[in-house]
This record gives sequence, structure tokens and C-alpha cells, in this order.
Amino acid sequence: MERCSKKLPWHWVQEHPGIYDPFMRVHLDAEKCQGHNRCYALAPELFDVDDYGQAMLIVEGDVPAELYGKARLAASNCPEYAITITENG
Amino acid sequence: MTNTANYLTRIDEATGNKIISIERDGEILDFIIGSRPDGTDLWQRVPYNADDYGPVADPRTDFDHADPAYNPNAPKVWKELREGGCPVAHSDRYGGMWVPVTDDTVTEIAYDTENFTSRAVVVGVGRPGDRALPAPIGGAPPITSDPPFHNVARRLLLPAFAPKMIEPWEPEIRRLCQNLLDEMGKITPGESIVDAAVQYAQNIPVNVIGRMLGFPEQDEELFRTFVHDVLERINEEPGTREGGDDLGVYIQEQIDDHRVNPRDDLTSYLMNVELDGNKLDDPVIGGMVVLLLVAGIDTTWSAIGSSLWHLAQHPEDHQRLLDDPDVMTFALEEFLRAYAPVTMARLVAKDNDFHGCPMKKDDWVLLPFPAANRDPKKFEDPDSFIVDREENRHAAFGLGIHRCLGSNLARLELKVAIEEFIKRFPRFELAGDTRWSVGQIRGPRELPVRILEVAN
Repeated sequence: MERCSKKLPWHWVQEHPGIYDPFMRVHLDAEKCQGHNRCYALAPELFDVDDYGQAMLIVEGDVPAELYGKARLAASNCPEYAITITENG
Repeated sequence: MTNTANYLTRIDEATGNKIISIERDGEILDFIIGSRPDGTDLWQRVPYNADDYGPVADPRTDFDHADPAYNPNAPKVWKELREGGCPVAHSDRYGGMWVPVTDDTVTEIAYDTENFTSRAVVVGVGRPGDRALPAPIGGAPPITSDPPFHNVARRLLLPAFAPKMIEPWEPEIRRLCQNLLDEMGKITPGESIVDAAVQYAQNIPVNVIGRMLGFPEQDEELFRTFVHDVLERINEEPGTREGGDDLGVYIQEQIDDHRVNPRDDLTSYLMNVELDGNKLDDPVIGGMVVLLLVAGIDTTWSAIGSSLWHLAQHPEDHQRLLDDPDVMTFALEEFLRAYAPVTMARLVAKDNDFHGCPMKKDDWVLLPFPAANRDPKKFEDPDSFIVDREENRHAAFGLGIHRCLGSNLARLELKVAIEEFIKRFPRFELAGDTRWSVGQIRGPRELPVRILEVAN
């Protein structure tokens, strides 16, 4: 079933726990990635690196709730701004 | 990413120089690849004599990173330039040099490979002409390469320095650090003074890269001399820097030795790797080895030294690392941000107006990533060291296509070196004058510290 929370502001969802499921997605721009390896070091549950040291996203779809913190950390430490996060819409 | 470029190489019989013809945007360009500075196309002596200038009076108009007063005070210089409304400083030294000091300007130049070439990355009195394209042959590819060759050369080296190839070195680096601490002999707390740069930091990267390359361990002192020649003696005539020539001869000997006795190391790897189905020429391999030696040694040594210099003065950060070892994840990046050792350089590729600065072709541009790392527009409270700073997009390893190839190795060496030193010596303080390096790599060259406590 389609979640109705996706179009709602994040704070609204947070203020009404149990009604709407929060969700988060991570996006990696492979063209921007220069292999700094910060994401793999901070969030190995979400990112891996290939034989050239380039980052790869290893979650498909929604990020598990327990990894939200790590996803935000990875995004806010990428020197090339290659990682972006979408939360609830 | 594409892995090939359209090019042909031939030897010019009259001069012995190698000519590379590249097709770029439908136009055929001939680049002369020669090692002898026998023409202005290949090599220019810039009209600069350090003795005519003397100490820097005003960094806005007479910036000089080789002034011995610069490195000890660099964060103050950057701050004064920024706050004085001077985001890009200038100097007539070295034949003309621009120095961006804000995050915006440093980032913009790092990403702009059209207007700024990496043909030369160490500012000095000699600079290669614009037809002496060093890549993929000669020079020190890929650090001195521009697109499209840059990617070709870089892809050859990247796998050897990928995180999963570097991680297994950790136990060996840890043992090396412990041995260096053991070699300091008997330490009497409160009395013994050790030099954390000379007896510790400077020995770590040189040993590791020498081992990775499969070079004899007893040659470490030789490597340090080479590095000093290339990076610190930049105001001397190129001909007097004998180290540079010796380095070429030494590396060729090592390549020859590997040809007779191939082994599982980086040198043999480079000798076997193929580019478009061909093995690399010895000069290309040599150029890459030069890069690995020069870039891998005093950079990491400087980062280790600066971090220990900081901890000697900040027992609260030291204690936090001992009490909460997990904070190292963030502390490591904060050391790299606040004490980034490497300032790169570019040459202006074509005349351009950079935010009002009339940049002329062949002007030098310093690229001080350490200054960008202390820009208040990007970092909150940038001149404070915050041991658990969580958001830290620092540019210590550069930005864009030239991101430091050895960053994973450097990070591992820095982490292990700090961990082992503070574990062995839970308290230490500065004991006398710190001597800082001169030039584009910033870090302590002499760092006497008094040991106040020794772990059992």
C-alpha cells in the first residue's frame, strides 16, 4: 500500500508517531564521487567501495530506520557533495 | 568513465624527443615530451631571484609560502587575508603567483581543469612549458596530468590504493610504530625529551611506502633527502638540486632489479600493468614511483607531527581519545581538517578573469586546501579544534579529479601513529621550539616533547 506520509513535512510525521511511517532514501551521484571513502568509513552498512575505491550504494529503496543517523553522517561528510538524502517527500 | 584517449606517439629523430599527437575536439595537437630543458617549449626559467625580495612585508601583494615565517603562522595569515577582504592574494615572486584562501575560490580552481593545468604542482623557479605535456610519459603521472590522460594514468594506480588493499597493512604499521617507540629507549617521566618528528613521525610513511614499493629498507634516509630536494629547496637553481637527478638514477636501478627479481610489490605491479595492451615504459613507471615517494612521505609525516603537536598542547583532547577511543573516527578527520599538510599548485592554462583577478597564462596558482579548511563560511568555529566535530567536509586530500591517491593509506598511518603514541605516552607536553617545514607541505620537522607519563 502506498504510504501517505511521503508528501508530508518531516516534523509533522515526527510529531505523530505511529500514524505515518517515516522514510528515508539515499542517493549517490557516481559522477561526483572521487573516492574519498568517507561514506564507507562512516556507514559501511549503506556504502561499499569497488576495486578502484569508488563508492557504491548497497541499500535499495528505503533506509532502515536504525541507519538514519549514519546516512545523514555520510551525506554531511562527503567532500564532493555526492550524497543526498530525501526524507518524507 | 572512459579509459582510453585518442593519441599516437612517435620519436622525433632530430631531437630524440617523444611527440604525442592527441585528437581533441577534432583538432590534432602535438605535445613534445622531453626531459632536457633545451627549449622554451619544454622548460622556462622564471625571472625570480629570492634574494631580490627578502621577507614578506604584505601577504596580500607579496605572498610567499617559502618564507620561513609562513608555515608556523599560516592559519593567521589566511585569516587576516580573508578578514581583510582579500580572498585571492598575489605575488610577483616565481614569475607571478595567485593565492586563493577561501573555500569558494580554492574549490572553483580545483574543479576547473580547463583554465588551470596540473602540468606543474610544485611552485618554483622553473616551470614546464605548455607543450611539455608530462602525461602519460615523464613527469609524475597522474598528479601532473590533465584530462584526458589523467584518468588513464590514475586508473592504473587506483586499485593498488583502494581501501580494501590498504586495510591489511594495519598490523604491520602498528608494529612499526611500536618498534619506533621501543627504540626511544628508557623513558623517565617528567625528564625524558623525545623528538616526535625526528624519532617518530618522519620514519613511518617512508618505511611503509618503501616496503610497498619493495625498495631496500636501508635507503630510507636517501628517500627523505630526495623529498627535501623536490619540495623544500624550491628557490634554488634546478641544476643545483642534484637530488632530482640522483632520484631518477636510483629508481631506474630499482626497476632494473625488479626486472631481474620480480616480486609481489607495487613496483612489479606497475611493471606488469597494461595500458591499451602495452606495458608501461620505464620512464612512466619511474614517474609514478617518484610521485609515490614524494607525495607519500613528508605529507603523512607532517600530518602525524602536527597532530602530536596539537595533543602536546591539548591534554583534554588527548584524554578524550584515551577515554573514548571511538571518538577517533571524528578526531582523525578533525586533525586532517585543522592541520591539513598539503597545498597544491596549478599553472594558469589560458588568460582568464577570475573574480576580478587578471590571471595570465603560465602564472602560478597556489591551491591551499588547508586555508579552505579554515574558512568560516564552510566550518563553524574553524580555528578551534573540535575533537568530535561530526560534520566535516574537509578538503585535506584535495577536491575533484586529483583527490589524493594515497588518502586511504595516509589516513591509516595517521590513525595508527596517533593511537600508538598516546597509548604509550598518556601525557606529554612541548619541550622547546618546534621547527616547521618550508614550502607547500606544512608540518613540524623538529618537535621536542617531554614525556610526563609512560604506560606499562
